[in-house]
Amino acid sequence: MLFEFVVDKDKTTIVITREFDAALSLVWDAFTKKEYLDQWGAPKPWIAKTKSMEFKTGGRRLYSMSGPEGQEHWSIQDYTSISPKTNIQYISNFADKDGNPAPQFKGSLNNLDFREAKSAGDNTVTTVTITIKYESLAVLEMMIEKGFREGMTLTLHNLERLILTGALK
Amino acid sequence: MKRDIYQGIADPTRRAILSLLVLGAMTPNALAEHFKMTRQGVSNHIKILTECELVKQEQQGREIYYSLEIKKMKEIDRWLDKFRKIWETQFNQLDDVLLTMKKKSRLR
Repeated sequence: MLFEFVVDKDKTTIVITREFDAALSLVWDAFTKKEYLDQWGAPKPWIAKTKSMEFKTGGRRLYSMSGPEGQEHWSIQDYTSISPKTNIQYISNFADKDGNPAPQFKGSLNNLDFREAKSAGDNTVTTVTITIKYESLAVLEMMIEKGFREGMTLTLHNLERLILTGALK
Repeated sequence: MKRDIYQGIADPTRRAILSLLVLGAMTPNALAEHFKMTRQGVSNHIKILTECELVKQEQQGREIYYSLEIKKMKEIDRWLDKFRKIWETQFNQLDDVLLTMKKKSRLR
């Protein structure tokens, strides 16, 4: 399935596009219900766990990412706009476990677009486009550094294992 | 003394200094205005950032200006590549989740 990852350093923006072999209603649920989000929201062996989630404009999701060596990082997503099965916008930031945002950053602006289409074989395919606008590249660096440096090697091994066992097509 | 790049961004004040310098070169005084700590405290952080080669200094007339070290952008490229892989991994996991969801919705 299509996967694109485009970085615009001048605008400190990343645009990620991915196609999924599923109907829009399923993909929407996977992105908006915590029981599904927690199943894929962190690269294994990291684990995502949503502590609270109020999926509505003005609502907030507070979640943690736990690493294999006991690392734990908390983040928040504040929903600024929701158009069912079409678009989600939120501001994400690092936080503590009570949801107090990291004081030194404004957070990043996230825009998610969902679109369903028929593929050549009459399959229903859903395309998700995620646009993330960072305050600065330094924030982006920190975000990657803070969340995943320790877990990265393991993540890649994990991915390799999935490929070797044929779990990924 | 040469330091590890991660040491440079391990401290919140230093990350804040980097964030400010992304906007453009600044004098030590202008930087210090953004922080509650003493000028000396800010100077120490700038010194560490310089040793990590994340920040360089340039003399312009009587003033010293600090700016981001562009060479380090190469390391950022590596970070971005890791970031891309994280998304790739997560979306592959999502494929599996969707597959399970599809099976369940068929059974209903």
